[in-house]
Amino acid sequence: MSDTPGMAALPRSYLDPTGGGGLKSWIFSTDHKRVGLLYLCGITFFFLVAMLLGLTMRAELLAPGQQLVSPRVYNSLFTLHGVIMIFLFIIPAIPGVLGNFMLPLQLGAEDVAFPRLNLLSWWVYMAGAVLALLSLFGGGVMDTGWTFYAPYSIRSGSNVSLAVLAAFVLGFSSILTGLNFITTIHRMRAPGMSFFRMPLFVWGLYATSWIQVIATPVVGITLLLVVLERMLGIGFFDPARGGDPILYQHLFWIYSHPAVYVMILPGMGIISEILPTFARRTIFGYKAIALSSMAIAAVGYLVWGHHMFTAGMSDLSRVIFSLLTFLVAIPTGIKIFNWVATLYKGSIQLDSPMLWAMGFIFLFSIGGLTGLVNGALSTDIHVHDTAFIVGHFHYTMFGGAGIALFAGMHYWLPKIFGRRLFEKPAKWAFALVMVGFNTLYFPMLVMGIQGMPRRYHDYLPEFQPMHALSTVGSWIIATGILLMIWNLWRSARHGEPAGDNPWGGTTLEWQTTSPPPTLNFHGHVTVTKDPYDHGGHA
Amino acid sequence: MSRFLQRLLGLSGPQPPHSAHGLAAEAGTAPTHVPHKDYEGAKTGMWLFLFTELLLFGGLFLVYAVYRQMYTHEFHAAARELSRVLGVANTFVLLTSSLTMVLSVTALQRGDRRSALNTLFWTLFLAGAFLVIKAFEWGVKFSHGLYPGSEQLRELPLGEGLFFGLYFVMTGLHGFHVIVGMILLAVVARRVQDGRVHSGDFVLLENAGLYWHLVDLIWIFLLPLFYLTN
Amino acid sequence: MHEPHDTPQATGHAAHSAVAHSAVAHDDTAHAPQPYAVFIQTWLALMALTCVTVTASIWWPGAIGTAVAMVVTPVKAALVLLVFMHLNWEPAVFRWMFLSAVGIMAVFMGITFIDYLYR
Repeated sequence: MSDTPGMAALPRSYLDPTGGGGLKSWIFSTDHKRVGLLYLCGITFFFLVAMLLGLTMRAELLAPGQQLVSPRVYNSLFTLHGVIMIFLFIIPAIPGVLGNFMLPLQLGAEDVAFPRLNLLSWWVYMAGAVLALLSLFGGGVMDTGWTFYAPYSIRSGSNVSLAVLAAFVLGFSSILTGLNFITTIHRMRAPGMSFFRMPLFVWGLYATSWIQVIATPVVGITLLLVVLERMLGIGFFDPARGGDPILYQHLFWIYSHPAVYVMILPGMGIISEILPTFARRTIFGYKAIALSSMAIAAVGYLVWGHHMFTAGMSDLSRVIFSLLTFLVAIPTGIKIFNWVATLYKGSIQLDSPMLWAMGFIFLFSIGGLTGLVNGALSTDIHVHDTAFIVGHFHYTMFGGAGIALFAGMHYWLPKIFGRRLFEKPAKWAFALVMVGFNTLYFPMLVMGIQGMPRRYHDYLPEFQPMHALSTVGSWIIATGILLMIWNLWRSARHGEPAGDNPWGGTTLEWQTTSPPPTLNFHGHVTVTKDPYDHGGHA
Repeated sequence: MSRFLQRLLGLSGPQPPHSAHGLAAEAGTAPTHVPHKDYEGAKTGMWLFLFTELLLFGGLFLVYAVYRQMYTHEFHAAARELSRVLGVANTFVLLTSSLTMVLSVTALQRGDRRSALNTLFWTLFLAGAFLVIKAFEWGVKFSHGLYPGSEQLRELPLGEGLFFGLYFVMTGLHGFHVIVGMILLAVVARRVQDGRVHSGDFVLLENAGLYWHLVDLIWIFLLPLFYLTN
Repeated sequence: MHEPHDTPQATGHAAHSAVAHSAVAHDDTAHAPQPYAVFIQTWLALMALTCVTVTASIWWPGAIGTAVAMVVTPVKAALVLLVFMHLNWEPAVFRWMFLSAVGIMAVFMGITFIDYLYR
């Protein structure tokens, strides 16, 4: 690939099989770039599985009454869809794939701080995945919803324990990644790279990693307690034994709310990388964006109760959670404004990564605005547990983190594989996904306000037109996604050779070959400039 | 420090030159320069891992706090079942093991490998003693029909059942960490013995020590929560 | 088509692989070992403090005993952290990290209690 006759002195690309090659050289590799690609295999597979589950749900909801599956099976469908999408796709994806690949490169380092721990985190991820798959067999697929609320999760006859154990194991993988990244960022920056010269993707990963380290253990112990409850019946969450089911919700959401910032912060970091490159000018308000990542992480620890407004908490705590929830919108808003300001007087190049980035801003903004409806105590009483919530979190998690992942894959594919994208299919896929996305999810916002509950297998006839529209949207978006994946695959194998810096980026990863050599750089790396210095542009 | 105390703690004092790499005397001269090893980085990683353990137990402390506030009277009543003597004994055992642990790290830092191994073995011994006392304690409970999921527990007044549930889960999880710690210490002891961990590169021992101190730290909080509550 | 940028951000020298040292100087000798006496004294203090809490819980069961425990226990923990675990002699960043983690945990508890105390 990157070796040509007469240039034998150049180090081999990380993709070249080293004295043997084959599967073993991949699954036992401690090279962060290979680990990133190992993650890519896993998350792609699980995304497709969960997408299939989602399509089945939408097919069931095409009309009132039963179309394809019984209510019990439907419950399992949305449970699995949620568990796989959240624990096996969104949380690990950007840090595991793009974070692993790009972090050392962007820092000017050879690898992460603990390369073997990095490989271990992938192995643990796969172990968790296997456990999750095992829970599909024998005993009944879990049907509690991905939130595993007590008391049903304690009493349900389905394979809750195995699934919960899988989530516990996956939490370990997340913790190991976070721990690795924090140490890498503190210890392995190239000479000259102060904290405020780090790329914003790194800042996003840094904030995320802290959340992974601090918040994940709380859900770890909570899930452990669920398993113990099922086995021993102690009564922690059982009112009949003196326990409080709301305590389960507190413990669960203490992790799961910060978890959504684990999902979105790296994605926002990607957008901060793409916009300066494709506007050919420096990012607006670098420091504000960097610090807003930390602020979102910090305030994000405080707002979990907004998932529990109707659960039975005290009035005082509900008011306080609502207030804190509004606070977290502020640093988020700062990012959006700064991104838009970055585009002002820029020289916009509408290549596919840029299209995806702009799609992100559009979709995530809708998600964020609907979040305000949910955060306001009075309106949340009305929309809680309706399709409005489902629309909200898909706009933010899918339209946000998911689209950011797609954007990052398009942006960095040339660096990872040394090949350029086929732009035309990429743009078609983008268009299909944007149209499909809004057709699929906007009706949910409408239906939710009108009273359509979530997690319901059946519904009143008046909701059918919106449901049918939504289901058609699911087919459009699925087509777009499959086209996108096929195009990425094809481009990686047959695209034009990319060269070091096809997009004109200014961060360190673009200063080495595409694909990079195993030790990342061809010499010493020193940093003397700000990360988005496009020279001359204000 | 008195010879008697030194001998008692297994500190054999200054070593003959061949193994002495006193840091104070020879600043900056590690026996071999090993590239890619980052002492501060290794410690950072370990501390981050300790934070996850803190938060793991933290969740349990939260559950305890909530139910203690809800069932203050029942918690006090149930706590009478627990043996203050055994709880305090275990506290002394663990605090002492923390001492021997840090002495071990310090000794190795000074190149005193023999003392490092001595105190390390003391630490392991004390850890074992802790587990023996704990096993005895649990055994007594079991023989009285008090174990997680037992009929007896179910028939207790509501808050009391929760107290015992928390007791078994928290001391059980803690005990699990003691076992893991012992395995870790044994592995490290082996490496100190054959020289892979030495005064120029002792971060593995130091990190194992940090883990051990965390185990001690958690017990420091468990003591008043369960044994001094009445 | 984009021109690769001629950014002097990364300077390439010889072809040998570079160990990217961090911007922070490696100073592995910053932590000269403490004298053994420091640890022994701390251990004695820990044992004594334990006796204090135990005695208080026996002589003044109830609120006072609990209060003593709630004051003494964090002190014991601080001794273990600062002396045995070396936090006192580590770079400040370690102390900041620890305080952040514990602080967040305290916040979790505090906010949860706003629910339970005001139901």
